[in-house]
Amino acid sequence: MAGVTLDTVRKIYAGNVEAVKGVSLGIEDGSFCVLVGPSGCGKSTLLRMIAGLETISGGEVKIGDRVVNQVEPADRDIAMVFQNYALYPHMSVYDNMAYGLKNRKTPKDEIDKRVKEAARILAIEPFLARKPRQLSGGQRQRVAMGRAIVRKPQVFLFDEPLSNLDAKLRVQMRVEIKRLQRALGVTSIYVTHDQVEAMTLSDKLVVMSGGQIEQVGTPAEVYRRPETRFVATFIGSPPMNILPGTVEGPGRVSVGGQSIAVTDMRDGLTPGSAIEVGLRPEDVQAGSTGTSSLSMDVDFVEELGATQLFHGKVAGAEFIVQASTGQLAADTRKLTLAVDPGNVHLFDPQTTKRLGRA
Amino acid sequence: MVENRPFAQFMAYLTLALGVVIVAFPVYLAVMASTFDTATIINGNMPLVPGDQAGENYTRTLLYGGMHARQPVGGMMLNSMIMALGIAIGKILISILSAFAVVYFKFPFRKTAFWIIFITLMLPVEVRIYPTYKIVADLGLLDTYTGLVMPLIASATGTLLFRQFFMTIPDELLEASKIDGAGAFRFFKDTLLPLSMTTIAALFVIQFIYGWNQYLWPLLITTKSSMQTIVIGIKMMITTTDALTEWNVAMTTAVLAMLPPVLVVIFMQRLFVKGLVETEK
Repeated sequence: MAGVTLDTVRKIYAGNVEAVKGVSLGIEDGSFCVLVGPSGCGKSTLLRMIAGLETISGGEVKIGDRVVNQVEPADRDIAMVFQNYALYPHMSVYDNMAYGLKNRKTPKDEIDKRVKEAARILAIEPFLARKPRQLSGGQRQRVAMGRAIVRKPQVFLFDEPLSNLDAKLRVQMRVEIKRLQRALGVTSIYVTHDQVEAMTLSDKLVVMSGGQIEQVGTPAEVYRRPETRFVATFIGSPPMNILPGTVEGPGRVSVGGQSIAVTDMRDGLTPGSAIEVGLRPEDVQAGSTGTSSLSMDVDFVEELGATQLFHGKVAGAEFIVQASTGQLAADTRKLTLAVDPGNVHLFDPQTTKRLGRA
Repeated sequence: MVENRPFAQFMAYLTLALGVVIVAFPVYLAVMASTFDTATIINGNMPLVPGDQAGENYTRTLLYGGMHARQPVGGMMLNSMIMALGIAIGKILISILSAFAVVYFKFPFRKTAFWIIFITLMLPVEVRIYPTYKIVADLGLLDTYTGLVMPLIASATGTLLFRQFFMTIPDELLEASKIDGAGAFRFFKDTLLPLSMTTIAALFVIQFIYGWNQYLWPLLITTKSSMQTIVIGIKMMITTTDALTEWNVAMTTAVLAMLPPVLVVIFMQRLFVKGLVETEK
C-alpha cells in the first residue's frame, strides 16, 4: 500500500493550453480521495497523469516514496476503472480479469485463485464464462472493478465509473465501491462531476475548477465551510444562494435593507463595502422569524416528495428555500425566512474567497 | 414496412426474377456447355439440359488442357490460387500493420505517410504498369510467383479499411491494456487482431477475387506457359486462329475459373453474417 503525493503537477497541451495548473496534494495511504469539479476542470487529466496515460508537463507525482513521472503505466502498480469499462470485448469475463496477471507472468493457479476470489467478492461468479456484451451495465462495471482488484495494486483509480449507469444502480454501486474500498484498504482516487457521489464516497474531497484546486477537506468541512464561492455553489444540492449585501459592522451585514447577524465574519471589514452573502436552501427556516430575517417573493414551488423547493427572489436575487412538505401552503406568495447567524457564509465579491474568521 | 398490395408485390418479384435470369442464364449456359462434346456445341443446337460428357470434359481440361493450348488447367488453377492467396494475405498483412502504425503510433510525418498511402489509391496497377513492369523485370522476377503477387499487394484500400476500423475502437481499450502490462505488439496481437476478424474476412474476400480475376498483369509478366493463370487460360482456349474453338474445353475452363471465387464468397459470407450478428464492440 502507498499514498500518493502530487507536487505542483502541471499539464500543458500543445498550443499552450494549461489544463492542470500546478496542483499539490497529499493523499494518505488507504484513504478514499475524490476529485470533483465541472467538466473541463482538469480532474480527469490529473487522474490520467497519475495513471501514466498522460505525460506530466511539470512537477512530480509520487506513489509511495517513488517518483513515477517516467514510469510506464504497467509498472506504477495502479489499477484503473474506466467510464465505459473498457473491457476486452472478445475475452470472457474470466480472461478479462486474468489478462493483466498473465502479462505479468503470474503462475496459473495463482491467477485462478485471485480471479475466483475477486468474482466471489463482486458476486459475478456465474458470469465468468460470458463475454462482456452478454452482461448488463452493472455487471460490466463489476467486471471492470474485478479486473482492478485481482491485480492487488497500491492505488485504485476511478474515472467517473458510475456515469454510464442508471440512477438506481448508481446509488447501489456507490455503496458497494465504498464498502469494497473499506474492506481492501487500498488508496483510491476517484474522479466524478457528481457532487453527491463526491460527498458520499470521499474521506478527502478535492474540489477543482479551471485546472486548480479550490478546496481540500473532509466532505463535512467542505460543505460546512466552503473556502470560495465556487465551492459553495458547487457542493450542495440545490446550490447555495448568493445574495448581494453590504457590510454594516462587526458581525452584521445588510441584504436589501434587511440586517442579518453573522457568526463567522472576518474582523476589520470596512462598513458600507460590498459583500456576497451565501445561504444554503436547507439552512434557512421558512415561515418563521428569528433574530434576523429576510423576506422572499415566491415565484413557484417544486415538489420533491419529502421536501418542497420554493423558488423566488430575495433582495432582487434568485433564491431557493427548502422546506418539509406540508410545512407551508403551496400557494404561499410571500415568505419570511429566519436566518441562523451560524449558517451565513460571506464571500469577497472580487476574489470570491471566504471572508470568515482566520 | 407492413404493406399488402398483391400487384406491387408481383411486379417486385417479376423484376427480381428478370434480373436473376439475365445474370444467371449465361452462367447456366456455360455450365451446360461444359457437359457436351465440341460437335454438339458447334452445330448450334445445344440442348439446355446437361449432356453426358461432363466427366470427360473436366478430367481432360484439368489434366491436359485443350487440343491446341496443351496446358493443364489444373496447373493454371494452382497458379491462380497462389496468386490470389498471396495477394489477399499479403495485402491484409501489410495493410493491418500500416494501419496499426498510422493510428496508434506518433512518429514524424505520420500525416504525410498516411496521405501518401491515400494518394496511391488513385494509381491502380494499370496506370503504373510500365514502371512496375520495368522494376519487376530488372529484379529478375518475371515468371515468378513473387513477381505476380508483389506489385499487386501494394495498395491503400486495405490500409484505409483497417484505419477506419481502428478509429472506432475506444482509446480506453488501449489504455486498459497499457495498465494491464501489454506493450504495443501484445495489444495488437491480443486485442486488435481478434476484434478485426470480420474486417479481415471482408478484405480477404475482396482481395481474393481481385487477385483471382487479374488479367493484364499476369499476361504481361508471365511468358512460360507453366506460369499462366486460369483467367489467361480461358482466353487461350478460345483464340485459335486456324482451327475450331473447343467450346466445351473453354466453357469447362470458365466454370472452373468461377468456382473458387464463388466458394470463397459462400464460405466467407457465413463469417460475415456471424460477424454482423455478434457485434463485439
